[in-house]
Amino acid sequence: MNKTPLCAVHEKSGARMVDFAGWYMPVQYTSIIEEHNAVRTNSGLFDLFHMGEFWLSGPDAMKNIQKICCQDSEALSDRQIAYTPMCRPDGTIVDDLLIYRWSPEKFLLVVNASNMKKDFDWIKSQLEGNVELVDKSSETGLIAIQGPNAEAILQKLTRQRLKAIKFYWFTSGKVAGIDCIISRTGYTGEDGFELYYPAEHSEKLWNALLEAGKDVGIKPIGLGARDTLRLEARLMLYGNDINDETTPIEANLNWTVKFAKGPFTGSEVMKKQKDQGVTKTLVGFELGKGPAARHGYPIMKDGKKVGEVTSGTMAPTLQKNIGLGYVPPALSAIGSTFDIEIRGKNYPATVIETPFYTRARS
Amino acid sequence: MTTKFTKEHEWAKLEGDTVTVGITDYAAHQLGDVVFVELPAKGSKLQKDKVFGTIESVKTVSDLYSPVTGEVVAVNDNLENNPALVNEEPMGAGWICKVKMANPSEFDQLLSEADYKKICD
Repeated sequence: MNKTPLCAVHEKSGARMVDFAGWYMPVQYTSIIEEHNAVRTNSGLFDLFHMGEFWLSGPDAMKNIQKICCQDSEALSDRQIAYTPMCRPDGTIVDDLLIYRWSPEKFLLVVNASNMKKDFDWIKSQLEGNVELVDKSSETGLIAIQGPNAEAILQKLTRQRLKAIKFYWFTSGKVAGIDCIISRTGYTGEDGFELYYPAEHSEKLWNALLEAGKDVGIKPIGLGARDTLRLEARLMLYGNDINDETTPIEANLNWTVKFAKGPFTGSEVMKKQKDQGVTKTLVGFELGKGPAARHGYPIMKDGKKVGEVTSGTMAPTLQKNIGLGYVPPALSAIGSTFDIEIRGKNYPATVIETPFYTRARS
Repeated sequence: MTTKFTKEHEWAKLEGDTVTVGITDYAAHQLGDVVFVELPAKGSKLQKDKVFGTIESVKTVSDLYSPVTGEVVAVNDNLENNPALVNEEPMGAGWICKVKMANPSEFDQLLSEADYKKICD
């Protein structure tokens, strides 16, 4: 199993470690609910070394990124970030990733740990012209600090003016003396930052952030709370909510699919789906009191299976059972009802607005 | 009053011919935050070593196995509104149900605390 440079630190702090996509990662330090609440109300620190970082560079970098990703990187400014699906010609999703535009000739792509090899091979096979793809995952550390106190804590460790960095923008600069990419992004539904840095400085950066946040009560956060946080914010988990058999249109990621930029991989199929409709669509639902919906549970209507739950949990902030799942479009309107089959019994569910949770913005 | 254990991490506390059943400290810690307990119905018949309910944490779903054969004479209704009791006091206020034993000798076959602890190490 792959280990992060912070593995020993996590073990020493009493974290429970699990195998996640071939990585030995902390799933919780104290309690998933405590950690979840810490991020919503205070601040939390995530070790995300397992994520993949690829650099795409060269005179033809822009042409290639425009072809392989659904987002429009021409429309980005330098130092701006976009969340994008990357699709096959049939519209199915290879992965969802972040594009960091350094310049029209240089991009950082941040991909899911579970898809690293698949993504690298796919992108490599698609490249045309004068462009180079380099995998820097093993030497790039990634720590996220998330929550309403994230900015104040991080500001103690850097001279970069964090207030000036807008959501989904980045800059580069020193944090605790370490060269970082400082990115105002996250996977929690809260404000916060993700820091990319040379992996050998992992312990130094981790400890500096913990120390800087000590007086307000920052907590290290495991993958368990990462999942409940992202689900409340309706952020996609590849392998659950989107996969090799779903398209961005089916997943209701239309906002990431920029048809106006001209043809790109999968655009023809997606355009057709957008114009003529889809056979399944991803909706958010809530369940009454009782058991939680979980990945893979059948969605039933009038005794027939019509879909499947892709993610589900008891939502700690909302204090109710929520989930995502694919259903026929006829069942996708807000207020539509169906049943979730849980251990042989049907439990009524109602389609509700997503994101389930949206932070108050100042 | 004697408390005995199962390898499936339940405990059973003997009072007359009835046992109170719950999950152990170790199991509660392993599960993490409990968010739902599917309780057996009062009056239902449980079979030793058979599933009688489920317990869900944020992350996982686990089956509950009955330590003895018998009839459910009480369930801990407090768990419906406060499943976290299982984490707070797994061996006390977080009990799950009381079972009137059909065959009291089954209790003697359960694990002693010392033998149970060996399983957890």
